[in-house]
Amino acid sequence: MSMIKVEHLTKEYAGTVAVKEISFEVDRGEIVGFLGPNGAGKSTTMRILASYLPPTSGRATIAGFDVFTDSLRARMRLGYLAENVPLYHDMRIDEYLRYRGTLKGLAGKKLAMRVGATKELCGLREVGRKKIAGLSKGFRQRVGLAEAMIHEPDLLILDEPTIGLDPNQIRQVRELIRSLGERHTILLSTHILSEVEATCNRVLIINRGKIEASDTPQNLVSQLRTSGLVNLEVKAGNENPSDYLLKIPGVKDVQLEKDGLWRKGWIRIEANSDLREEIFTLAVERKWVIRELSKERATLEDVFVELTHAET
Amino acid sequence: MIRRVCALLLRELSVFYFSPIAYVVLFFFLILNGLSFWFAIALLRQGPSELTVVQAFFNTLFFWTAYLFVCPVITMRLFSEEFKLGTVETLMTAPVRDWEVVASKFCAALLFYLTLWLPSLLYFLVFGWLGNRDAVGSGAQLWGPYLLLLLMGAFNISLGCLASSLTSNQIVAAMMALVFILGIFFLTMIDYVVSSASPLFRDITAYVAQIDHMDTFSRGIIDTRPLVFYPTCSALVLLITYHVFQYRRWKA
Repeated sequence: MSMIKVEHLTKEYAGTVAVKEISFEVDRGEIVGFLGPNGAGKSTTMRILASYLPPTSGRATIAGFDVFTDSLRARMRLGYLAENVPLYHDMRIDEYLRYRGTLKGLAGKKLAMRVGATKELCGLREVGRKKIAGLSKGFRQRVGLAEAMIHEPDLLILDEPTIGLDPNQIRQVRELIRSLGERHTILLSTHILSEVEATCNRVLIINRGKIEASDTPQNLVSQLRTSGLVNLEVKAGNENPSDYLLKIPGVKDVQLEKDGLWRKGWIRIEANSDLREEIFTLAVERKWVIRELSKERATLEDVFVELTHAET
Repeated sequence: MIRRVCALLLRELSVFYFSPIAYVVLFFFLILNGLSFWFAIALLRQGPSELTVVQAFFNTLFFWTAYLFVCPVITMRLFSEEFKLGTVETLMTAPVRDWEVVASKFCAALLFYLTLWLPSLLYFLVFGWLGNRDAVGSGAQLWGPYLLLLLMGAFNISLGCLASSLTSNQIVAAMMALVFILGIFFLTMIDYVVSSASPLFRDITAYVAQIDHMDTFSRGIIDTRPLVFYPTCSALVLLITYHVFQYRRWKA
């Protein structure tokens, strides 16, 4: 049974459509990265899933419970980390976690155990007595994460869990998410694409309220439609290598710049082709010296840009 | 569900009792109460009087000032702060119902409001104990005004909740609540100013004539009309608050 099931979900705000007829599913145990430019509808979708906003039309279920008509039971199965992590500044960490745990149905020994366990997991053990108002951004993020998983929910929805953290903290949170993925289903949104490549089994790319892609990061990269790039650094004497290179079938564009005796730049070739061999043969024929010949590896960033940048 | 509501209620109460602002409110409130009591005693010292000290206390200007101004101060942060901090999002994505949140906030404010009046009750008990039993009056004469304070207070606090749910700014919430509360309080005053006010208008405003109610109750007469009127109105205003709260969250 799928953990999240979204069917033809639409959300309109006075005149503007934030999310347009989207449908997707997330299976139990998956870690799904939710990507999209700012204002694409990520937070709106996540807020609907967390029962904070009602959809205009369409349906969404969490573990089989409708987020609107059976909201309380859906919310019991879900831990939600809101963007910017709003917290009560006057509370201490322990106090806050106990309060939230009670709201989510924990009590007694179970509550004490879960507070202890989540604090341990999120690196908050030493600071439980501290007031939230005095915490750094990184610690607030951790408190938010600890709060989200205090009732051991099946599903965690994390809206930009690493925003505003320093690289070390990002790494820690990423490790944490990966370890949580062993027991929980996770849907997380982020702008850091390397994070998605490192942690997620699947990527959903949303743009202007529509799902543009849904696949593993590897598949998305390999299906990239844009042509590939080959980096070249060559010494060709008095000849201009561009003239010869453009004659190779499959080469679309060449951009080489003079750097002393060397010429350095890139060659744009057709997608899913590899012309390095041809280029090398040409260089041997013309007696050029090659210092670099490499194929640019497409990244998720290229996929993201291609899918979301067009016709703006 | 009970446990959940208790947790919400405890959270709201702890904000009141652990914050310094609450004690500042309490401080000024006690000064006004003390002045009311002092004036009540001063009035009785002028000569033989039919008034009990309780009646005199609940008719001073200081008492009414404290009564009218305290509710907006108590209620202003209830909802507006949640919207301002964005914590309404974490709160409402926890498995709690909207009405549970509204009810717990209202009850916490009401409980805090009631504790504010406890010291004045102590004045009368000590006063009676020190000798002058008659001046305090009979049971109903002492407890009647407190019953009325509970009823009218609940109404004012519900108005404060509504004001707080309408805005994200605490000061605006307090101002709005004050306008609501004073508006209803002074409704009866129109009778005195406008001589041509119709009898019907007079009848209607009699329902919210808080000074008259206090006069009745402090004489030890428990009138059933306010007993029904204020809880009904409070429930109605809380219902509106509930819908405003839900609407604002859904609009976000």
